[in-house]
Amino acid sequence: MASIKDIQEEIIDEFSMFDDWMQRYEYMIELGKSLPLIDDQYKTDDNLIKGCQSKVWVHAELEDDKLVFTADSDAIITKGIIAILIRAFSNQKPQDIIDADTEFIDEIGLKEHLSPTRANGLVSMIKQLKLYAVAYQTQLK
Amino acid sequence: METSLDIQAIRKDFPILQRQVNGQPLVYLDNAATSQTPDQVVNTIVDYYHGYNANIHRGVHTLSQEATDAYEIARQKIQKHFNIAHSYEVIFTSGTTHGINLVATGFTSFLKKGDEIVVSAMEHHSNIVPWQMLCERTGAVLKVIPMNQEGELVMDAYHDLLSDKTKLVFCNHVSNALGTVNPIEEIIEAAHKVGAAVLIDGAQAAAHIKADLQALDVDFYTVSAHKMCGPTGVGMLYGKQEWLKKLPPYQGGGEMIAEVTFEKTTYADLPHKFEAGTPNICGGIAFGAALDYMNNIGFDAIAHYEDGLMQYATEQLLSIEGLRIYGTAKNKTSVISFNIEGIHPYDIGTILDKLGIAVRTGHHCAQPIMDFYKIPGTVRASFSFYNTKEEVDVLVAGVKRAKNMLV
Repeated sequence: MASIKDIQEEIIDEFSMFDDWMQRYEYMIELGKSLPLIDDQYKTDDNLIKGCQSKVWVHAELEDDKLVFTADSDAIITKGIIAILIRAFSNQKPQDIIDADTEFIDEIGLKEHLSPTRANGLVSMIKQLKLYAVAYQTQLK
Repeated sequence: METSLDIQAIRKDFPILQRQVNGQPLVYLDNAATSQTPDQVVNTIVDYYHGYNANIHRGVHTLSQEATDAYEIARQKIQKHFNIAHSYEVIFTSGTTHGINLVATGFTSFLKKGDEIVVSAMEHHSNIVPWQMLCERTGAVLKVIPMNQEGELVMDAYHDLLSDKTKLVFCNHVSNALGTVNPIEEIIEAAHKVGAAVLIDGAQAAAHIKADLQALDVDFYTVSAHKMCGPTGVGMLYGKQEWLKKLPPYQGGGEMIAEVTFEKTTYADLPHKFEAGTPNICGGIAFGAALDYMNNIGFDAIAHYEDGLMQYATEQLLSIEGLRIYGTAKNKTSVISFNIEGIHPYDIGTILDKLGIAVRTGHHCAQPIMDFYKIPGTVRASFSFYNTKEEVDVLVAGVKRAKNMLV
């Protein structure tokens, strides 16, 4: 199983092939479309991260000692970024998720989506992924 | 009547329009959120701080006198612009929201349980929440004037809502989310027949329509300077003097008092009773400069030009398959709210931003309207007199490109 860092490097490599924002966004939109959907039973208000504009649902489940995330959004670009985050963070040990950084988002040219003042709920989403990790880490102990 | 504008000359007054965003020339179509500021207004701000920055109404020194004079001249400009009977009926505020809260708070002691206040279905949150808070304080009930699919108020329903229980009616002059121009003359006249007071939120109208407040016979009218080429953080509340005399002060502080002892304070006369503390002096003066600027161009010419631009944009946008415009009132101005079938407005806004086009996406602080249409939000392009047909073409091409990417 690849580490979070390895996967992030892989994603950076993929994005380095693109020359301009159009290609990056087209790729992200493709990723968004292929994001495995969250099971409908988990698309609840409890799992909803309220950004100002697009909705984001995240669900976490522990499988053995690893945390598996599923998520969805009503906006496709948001979904693309979620797909990237989930690829990096899902199926990893809670402690590794807690320790991981998200600088790779800058490196693939999507920094603007992670500004805390941008109303898309993504900063809250990363926070939520980490909170799940903290909660399950406590449970594992 | 002069109705043609030299747009290229006008655009030179707004240096910001020359900048690039994401490597593309800026196309600024978020004028309903805030308008850009011309050099003439910026220079007024600079002149104030370079030349005569001082506190007003209290100093005997020259700077204070100059600042006081300039501030009071600005008040008179506002008075003249809105055809207000007395300059002391012009209250400087921090903006429309402040004006609404001042009135809503002031009415607390005038309302009792069972009284009714009437609001339109297409209000900005700032013209809903203060009244809900007023209802909570007093036990009054909020009634809503419904709207139809075109985004027009159902006036028969409005007339049915009015009764001797109605104490207050409030409505926006122009809807920020849909662009509908509401029939405020009829709203005001009917409300007065049952003895209710009327507050009109003119925030969205003020850049497009020069309202004659005496002719309207409205009780309260409130605007923000930043939507009409002025700076942020300043606006005005008009109130008829009989209402302003009756309403209690909103905030206590300096400037708003006549005499203070620890036993009792007597309040200052209008308008100072409502202007506690040091106001946004420079902002008020710049507001006056913004009115001068717009009046120099002329509101008839502005309205004529913007209508043409909106018609053109409407036709061009509707040529895109799957595009729906929300708000198709017969009488509307300068706002086009739209969605493309199957695409979230946030996605379109994100791509447009990459193309240098500034639009607003989301619920535009008018969630009840979005609930009415059962949508999460819209993309809103809003126009000003400094926008051009070429910019509309860039918008339309951008929306087409976004659609191709997102579908």
